[in-house]
Amino acid sequence: MKLKSQYIALKSILIRETLRFLRIWLQTLLPPAITTGLYFIIFGNLIGSQISNIDGYLYIEYIVPGLILMAVITNSYANVVSSLYISKFHRYIEEVMISPVPNFIILIGYVGGGVARGVCVGFVVTLVSMLFTNVVILHFWTALTFLVMTSAIFSMGGFINGILAKSWDDTSVIPTFVLTPLTYLGGIFYSISMLPEFWQNVSLVNPILYMVNAFRYSFLGQSDISIEIAFTVTALFVIFLFLVSARLLNKGVGLRT
Amino acid sequence: MSTALSINNLHKVYANGFEALKDVSFDVQDGDFFALLGPNGAGKSTIIGIVTSLINKSSGKVHVYGTNIDTDFSKAKEYLGLVPQEFNFNMFEPLNETLLTQAGYYGIPRPVARKRSAKLLEVFGLAEKSNQIVRNLSGGLKRRLMIARALVHHPKLLILDEPTAGVDIEVRHLIWESLKEINAQGTTIILTTHYLDEAESLCKNIGIIDRGEIIENTTMRDLLDSLESTDFVLYLKDKIDVVPALNGYEIKKIDSKTIEVTVTKELGINELFTELSQHGIRVNSMKNKTNRLETLFLDMVSKSTDAKK
Repeated sequence: MKLKSQYIALKSILIRETLRFLRIWLQTLLPPAITTGLYFIIFGNLIGSQISNIDGYLYIEYIVPGLILMAVITNSYANVVSSLYISKFHRYIEEVMISPVPNFIILIGYVGGGVARGVCVGFVVTLVSMLFTNVVILHFWTALTFLVMTSAIFSMGGFINGILAKSWDDTSVIPTFVLTPLTYLGGIFYSISMLPEFWQNVSLVNPILYMVNAFRYSFLGQSDISIEIAFTVTALFVIFLFLVSARLLNKGVGLRT
Repeated sequence: MSTALSINNLHKVYANGFEALKDVSFDVQDGDFFALLGPNGAGKSTIIGIVTSLINKSSGKVHVYGTNIDTDFSKAKEYLGLVPQEFNFNMFEPLNETLLTQAGYYGIPRPVARKRSAKLLEVFGLAEKSNQIVRNLSGGLKRRLMIARALVHHPKLLILDEPTAGVDIEVRHLIWESLKEINAQGTTIILTTHYLDEAESLCKNIGIIDRGEIIENTTMRDLLDSLESTDFVLYLKDKIDVVPALNGYEIKKIDSKTIEVTVTKELGINELFTELSQHGIRVNSMKNKTNRLETLFLDMVSKSTDAKK
């Protein structure tokens, strides 16, 4: 397939994936706005007002970046896993598989859809957070880079889950038993410096910690983790998951007989 | 004439050990309307799956317009259009977007895709519903949309896996007419169907597969000519009491105005009418008792089954 045709094919998949979640915005964009609003009311205002400052920031200011990223992570993952599984279930994924579209374009298309939803949700949640506190992004491009990379990582996670899933239940196992615990323990609501040394070291195994801290750095200018290390870890995850996803797609796991 | 599809020694063994195809070989020529027939589980869908990349073959060669799927599947896929057996839509996507997305998979720019999509929706009587979501369509309309979708990139080889299953007579005839026209415009068509009258009236050549083996591959004309005898039902103008004995014909009375006649290939039907006229019997109308292809098909599959026992 020629390069121009590949570009058109990618655009088609991206349009399809983006329209898919925009069409059902009541299920895709509104819930994270409401959920995050509740987090701000409960953890930010009600409980947060009783908590002392962290690293010189009000608790509500401290948790803003993590809450935005949490919404991005869950929505990017959910977007791709559900879209891919539904397309397998209704078998319309076969239409793109029998076409000349290269596998890497299919992968980028699905992941691009997840990133598009992640960015939209990130934007919506940022607007919601502005209702509760003064949000200032000190390093915009750092924020955008980590937003996109994090969204891509969890979109690819959703892609792998979608490929391997044999039933609807399989699409919720990873989010429930892996993603949620890692997210909550990834330093969204606290600084790991508040933990005993042993648990600080354990926390360093959690990749979400690096993303949350890098994102927090882009807002507040301070982080528990060096920004260079956070970038390296995140970028390595992007590459690793891309390779795994591409391998599964090339082998036709869960898609070809 | 070039070969649209060439299949050589195609073999498929599924992971559970089931041998679905046993060295299947056949060619489909460019411009052909080819019927691929066989009972359920014979291997038709496996062949289609392999040709379209949905199923991995165990061994053998497949060429689509000279392109080996092992070396350049991407190019081979550009020639192919598939109408699968089951509906496989994003049910919440509007019709026009379904076609635009499909066109995009083949690298067709949006402005061109919009024109093609509008034309195809018009041809298949779906233009008024172009902004509706697929889910709201009836079964017949979904079938038409499947064909429209498969044609949006102008495939040279269109494969239809039971395209008229479950549709009413009117839609079936509309689809038949559309397929004839598409074929007349130069698109090669491979059709699998369980409606043998459909295959008989549409197809020029035929391949019959049973238990993973091709048991017949010939022209429709030659196949039908191979019938030794044909059973006709004749509707008479006047009542008859006794069935006349006609030399060489086996005649059975159904009721006073209906008879059933077995006509052998050697005698033909002209002589039958001549002889009936001589006995003062006039025929109002007639029909084949059973579809000719159906008779042959059942006979072949039965012989193939017996041979394997």
